[in-house]
Amino acid sequence: MAIFRPFSSSDALRSDRSAGDRQRHRDKLREAIRDNIADIISEESIIGRHKDRVIKVPIRGIKEYRFVFGDNQGQAGTGEGETEPGQVIGKAGKEGEGSGKAGDQPGVDYYETDVTLEELIEIMFEDLELPDMERKILREVMSERIAKRKGYRKAGVRVHLDRRRTAKARIRRMVATGNVPSASAPSLTDPITDRPSPLEPPSDPSLGNGTPASEQEENDERFPFRRDDLTYKRLVEDTREESNAVVMCVMDTSGSMDSMKKYLARSFFFLLYQFVSSKYQNVELVFIGHHTQARQVTEEEFFHKGESGGTLISSGYNKTLEIIYDRFHPSLWNIYAFHCSDGDNFDSDNANAVKAAKELCEVCNLFGYGEIKPLGSHYYESSMLDMFRRIEADNFQSVLIERKEDIWPSFKAFLSRDRVASGT
Amino acid sequence: MANWDIKDLEYWDAAIREHVDDIGLDCYEQEFEVCDHSQMLGYMAYHGMPAHYPHWSYGKSYEKTKTLYDHGATGLPYEMVINSDPCLGYLMTDNSLCLQILTIAHVYGHNDFFKNNFTFTCATQASETLSKFKTAADRVRTYAEDPSIGIDRVENILDAAHALSMNCSRNAGIRKLKPEEQRERLIEESQPKDDPFADLAPRAEQAELDLRKVPLEPDEDILLFVRDYNPHLMAWQQDLLTIVHEEAMYFLPQIETKIMNEGWASYWHHKIMNSLDLPQDIYMEFLVRHNQVICPHPGGINPYHVGFRVWHDIEQRFDVTAAGESTDTKTSGACGRDKIFEVRESDRDVSFLRRFLTEDLMRDLDIFEFEPKGDNLVVTKVSDEDNWRDVKETLLRSVGMGANPVIKIYDADYGRNRALYLKHETDDRDLHIGYAEKTLGHLHRLWGHRVLLETVMKGKKTLLSYGEHGFDAKLMR
Repeated sequence: MAIFRPFSSSDALRSDRSAGDRQRHRDKLREAIRDNIADIISEESIIGRHKDRVIKVPIRGIKEYRFVFGDNQGQAGTGEGETEPGQVIGKAGKEGEGSGKAGDQPGVDYYETDVTLEELIEIMFEDLELPDMERKILREVMSERIAKRKGYRKAGVRVHLDRRRTAKARIRRMVATGNVPSASAPSLTDPITDRPSPLEPPSDPSLGNGTPASEQEENDERFPFRRDDLTYKRLVEDTREESNAVVMCVMDTSGSMDSMKKYLARSFFFLLYQFVSSKYQNVELVFIGHHTQARQVTEEEFFHKGESGGTLISSGYNKTLEIIYDRFHPSLWNIYAFHCSDGDNFDSDNANAVKAAKELCEVCNLFGYGEIKPLGSHYYESSMLDMFRRIEADNFQSVLIERKEDIWPSFKAFLSRDRVASGT
Repeated sequence: MANWDIKDLEYWDAAIREHVDDIGLDCYEQEFEVCDHSQMLGYMAYHGMPAHYPHWSYGKSYEKTKTLYDHGATGLPYEMVINSDPCLGYLMTDNSLCLQILTIAHVYGHNDFFKNNFTFTCATQASETLSKFKTAADRVRTYAEDPSIGIDRVENILDAAHALSMNCSRNAGIRKLKPEEQRERLIEESQPKDDPFADLAPRAEQAELDLRKVPLEPDEDILLFVRDYNPHLMAWQQDLLTIVHEEAMYFLPQIETKIMNEGWASYWHHKIMNSLDLPQDIYMEFLVRHNQVICPHPGGINPYHVGFRVWHDIEQRFDVTAAGESTDTKTSGACGRDKIFEVRESDRDVSFLRRFLTEDLMRDLDIFEFEPKGDNLVVTKVSDEDNWRDVKETLLRSVGMGANPVIKIYDADYGRNRALYLKHETDDRDLHIGYAEKTLGHLHRLWGHRVLLETVMKGKKTLLSYGEHGFDAKLMR
């Protein structure tokens, strides 16, 4: 006869045996996401600023490798009768669906993981450090009102009553009036400090609570709280030092910036904004578009509106400086300015642009210039990179973005400059 | 809760047991554990073992099964049974009474197969299964908790060991010679043979016998070889390799007899269920379930389906031949029932199909061969008069361990450099190069020196290597 062991739900509750292994697999997947991040960030589908949107990220699962055969050879299978040579029975390279191939094929392990944009960004920025803000002499003063405890007082609202202190005050008064027969019970604990009284030998802790309760009750007369006993916490309004940051996005919107270049620029600004907003409480975003003239624009216009005409980079920089002095004084704000252009500047403007850039370096935490040249075009188009190379400020960084894959590395390079600068 | 309790199970088990004894199935003691679906998922991830060492791949396997199950892509198996003595089977609480009876009957078929098939009796000791897995799990946990080792280093070795565990000797029925015995055999073989034509045709020059070579004969057990011949491995690392190898050896018979084993169990549950006095509703449900289990998977091979049909076919043919006293009766007592009992003991999938999958049956099952062409999988050959042998060969080399490449170690000191030289015994199936690269990487990590693998890629001899500077593939002259 077979033995049957009945189901017990308590066993079932205890037996989540794979929990540890699942966790380790998840950790590995997480690593995979991070290592894969360059690919993910360059996918257009996730570039967008809908924070609560859940995006599907196909991740190459953690593969387990063995020696296996490739897929160039024939295999055998059963049909439903009447199979003829030449008949198509499924798609190559697609495991599972339709073809029902044997499980020993090296299939691609794809996991569809739901990752919110927030999580993704958190993972991406995990290995980047906070840009240092401390080096500003006059730093973040914009503040938030927060109540902070600071001492005690005798008057106040009921919710701020400090009950412990109030009770102690009463006991203290009780002792002072001689109402407690402290002499009759040498082993009593000191009512004021709650520590064993010095009268009692400390080596004998067993007597610590030795007073018989009945004895105490006999002496216990009513001894009410008085107004004097009441102690309130004193709360003061605290000005918390808080950091403010402003991201100045400056983009060349002249006729030569085609949609590919704008896409690259947008990806970059997206990262910059996300990063800064993950690190600071209060982030302002300023969009400035320029061709020969510069003006502040809305986000929508910034990314979508095409303009035409020539390019005077200095106009963009001067507008930026103007806005900074006007609204975001460097002593109060951490300023991150970034400029994307295809480097096609009007020759006579170069000197002015460099001069304005130098000035920007002085007022900004970081000033970056990204030159967007879809692959190969920097051989024949003019470039500002050479011009800006002359700027020797620590907090200046120029990068060349040739294709989608460059965005993440150049972003990292941009921020690493900040770190180096702050270290010195 | 479903429509049954333990009493029902015991009642039907007793009824099934009677038939099992009548038929002559020879089983270990049987135990059943009733579990819910989440426990079942857990058992599935760990190959049904009540105790198993931890590794992230089991977490992955769990999540994968669970995701598929949650989305309704797959159901859970009705039966899960492990080769141990007493034989341990699992029944799911949510299943109907019919499914439980079906499962019990099915499990007795497996039980008999475990106890009698030669692949199992040669390679595994059923009475020690559970304790072996338990001690292995304890050892791995001890290493993982040892502060001087830690889970990361343990998993590192396990990753590599898992990658290579299927590269082991395939037939437990063939004893592997010890190095001393190999040595003796080589010496014996190198002795000049008595050649009556020695005077007429001078003997070909014999290669000098090098008895210092390691290994003396090509060795297929890669994990064991690394364990024994890499002097830099720590005791715990050697132990991990042993554990993984032994687990692979335990599961080898199940890989090698998948079609026979499932077919055998399906054959008997079908017979037993038909002879039980089942209430009508249960019987109807049984017919539906049975047909689901043994239905063909178009474009693939469903072992339940193929196995079930082949066993039936054997029994029928041998019944007929016995009656007609045909010439085909070389075996004694050629009645079908005896024949299948004999075959269940002496064969594994490759020999089973080679001997008993006939042209007629292949046509009946509509077995065909297909290849990828462009984006599509296209049927190239069907089991007609001209091609059925080719189709059968294609099928045979993909069953059991045939789906894994044969790779043997030829030299452990290649180029006097402690490099490990392996050869892939090729047929016309190429290795998957991406997988080969990573697997060689794992082997390189275990061996500590360069590893080389000779294989054939697209008809050209190729040497894959993995050393300090990573992977490299070269054509060989």
